[in-house]
Amino acid sequence: MKKPAKPRRAIPQPKIVAPVGLKPPPAHPPRRLATTDDLVKLQRLMTNILVRPLTKTDGLQPTWIDGRPMTEVAEEFIKPNDRLSAFERLQLYNRMYWFRLIDIMHDDNPGLRAVVGDKKFTRLIEAYLAKYPSRSFTLRNLCSRLAQFIREEPRWTAPHTSLAQAVARFEWAQTLAFDEAKLPVLTADDIGKTSPERLRLRLQPYLSLLTFDYPVDTYVVAVKQRNALRTEASNAVDSARDAVRQKHVTRPRRERVYVGVHRLDNRLYYKRLERPAFLILQALAEGQPLAEAITAGGRRVKAAQVGSWFSIWMELGWLCLKK
Amino acid sequence: MPANSFNGQTDYGIGIGLRVPHYAHILEKKPVVDWFEIISENFMVDGGRPLEVLDEIMEQYRVVQHGVSMYFGSADKPDRAHLKKLKALVKRTKTPWLSDHLCWGSVDGTYTHDLLPMPYTFASAKRTAEKIRQIRDFLEIPICVENVSSYAEFHVSEMTEWEFLTEVVERADCGILLDVNNIYVSAKNHDFNPYDYINGVPHHRVGQMHVAGHTKFEKYILDTHDHPVLDPVWKLYAHATKLCGVTATLLEWDDKIPSFDEVHNEALKANEFIDGAKAAKTVKAKAKSPEATRA
Repeated sequence: MKKPAKPRRAIPQPKIVAPVGLKPPPAHPPRRLATTDDLVKLQRLMTNILVRPLTKTDGLQPTWIDGRPMTEVAEEFIKPNDRLSAFERLQLYNRMYWFRLIDIMHDDNPGLRAVVGDKKFTRLIEAYLAKYPSRSFTLRNLCSRLAQFIREEPRWTAPHTSLAQAVARFEWAQTLAFDEAKLPVLTADDIGKTSPERLRLRLQPYLSLLTFDYPVDTYVVAVKQRNALRTEASNAVDSARDAVRQKHVTRPRRERVYVGVHRLDNRLYYKRLERPAFLILQALAEGQPLAEAITAGGRRVKAAQVGSWFSIWMELGWLCLKK
Repeated sequence: MPANSFNGQTDYGIGIGLRVPHYAHILEKKPVVDWFEIISENFMVDGGRPLEVLDEIMEQYRVVQHGVSMYFGSADKPDRAHLKKLKALVKRTKTPWLSDHLCWGSVDGTYTHDLLPMPYTFASAKRTAEKIRQIRDFLEIPICVENVSSYAEFHVSEMTEWEFLTEVVERADCGILLDVNNIYVSAKNHDFNPYDYINGVPHHRVGQMHVAGHTKFEKYILDTHDHPVLDPVWKLYAHATKLCGVTATLLEWDDKIPSFDEVHNEALKANEFIDGAKAAKTVKAKAKSPEATRA
């Protein structure tokens, strides 16, 4: 007997929300453009239209926020030509906006995509960008609020919200590790000049200290290896390619881990940390003097252990003088 | 014009865009290339691999900065933090000039990351020119503004695109990065003659040119930068070169990027048209010379 199919959880559609940071559009576009204020109104109107999520069929939303047909709104400020209506011309820009940004976020978040699946990932990104459109001149910062959004609106990633948020934090940390500044590293001389009670250190800006309830680092590495295998197989015959495509990376089970995401010789690395080591580094990052920070590791930590951690961290160039 | 105040009095030849898939080839093989255009935003970072690659490239090659997010036409004031980062990069690269687009793409600090068309009005030209002057004064470097390809026009426009470009660059006293592919794309999308555009801009202000490939759809053309340059664009380029003189030229290839050699060979096709323009100029000059008149 055939098993009854499981009811499929519907993927929620992004609601049309007011984008954070973008002022509301004018009721109508300016009839003539005589001042900078008129220019602002026109640009505000068009931006509010472009950042609206596409319809299910990747089109411009048919109704504007005031209930008028979008065709009418478009005709008020965009010229048609003999091949395209004002609506269709605006739709080209609306599509390009979404397709471009979704593509970029798709590439930047292979781990998150693997957690929620491609379809759900696209919905998540649409909902995220609808609420938090870019506030930076560089696309590099596009994912900066993604983990926060996942926490605020868990329905897009349910039932894997906790893992999804962890992976989003991890993938954003990789962006930081890739191109954040490198400060002069701490030397033995620096340590000798100040007593441990007064010596304050800081961590390299490219280093992120993260705690997770999942072994996110090994999970993302496995996903990337699978994706690399897919790429390798791209010239293979179809059957082999399908076999690779079907390979699924199992979502990890809960496990508390402490990770440093950093770079060395301009390559990205993830380093697992023991809990006391993590706590000491965190205390240093918070600005505690060296002697006090070491106590954050707990009473059981032996001096030799702390010494060996510090020598590794100095070798990795993680520590800097706080000035 | 080969060398003018808008391109820092340089006489650069044919360059290509520096793109990630070609890094390894360039750094290992060190091919002969006259210059590379870099996307400023890709290197406006505080450290890491991007700056390491840039420094290695600069040991061997000349680079020119090209931006995609200054949005001269946005009504917003220039962002100081953005400008400071850009200036730091300008100091690092020693770019002789800097280019960005005659477009807008942000409002109220929200960025679309697109190159959106301007309303062609006198008020927006005035505002845009003021902004270009402010940015140039801050960066202390010549600026060339690039015409964009567009898919929409505004009812409020009061002039043609090339009249608007002229109005802006004359008011700002800046240069033009003439993108002949963008002119072709917009001409097809808005039904104007691309030769009228090229004839109509102030040729002495052209400091650089762009060529690229595009994609034709049933009702419009998209500026996709994923193909070789098409013949009508090369013809426009030849015409522009006759009028403006042999100018620093760059091929843009940003998607479905083929091998370095394929991209570079495509760019070097510009030489045929440059030679043609030079030959035409020589014939014209001979015809005008007193000896030719006497003969």
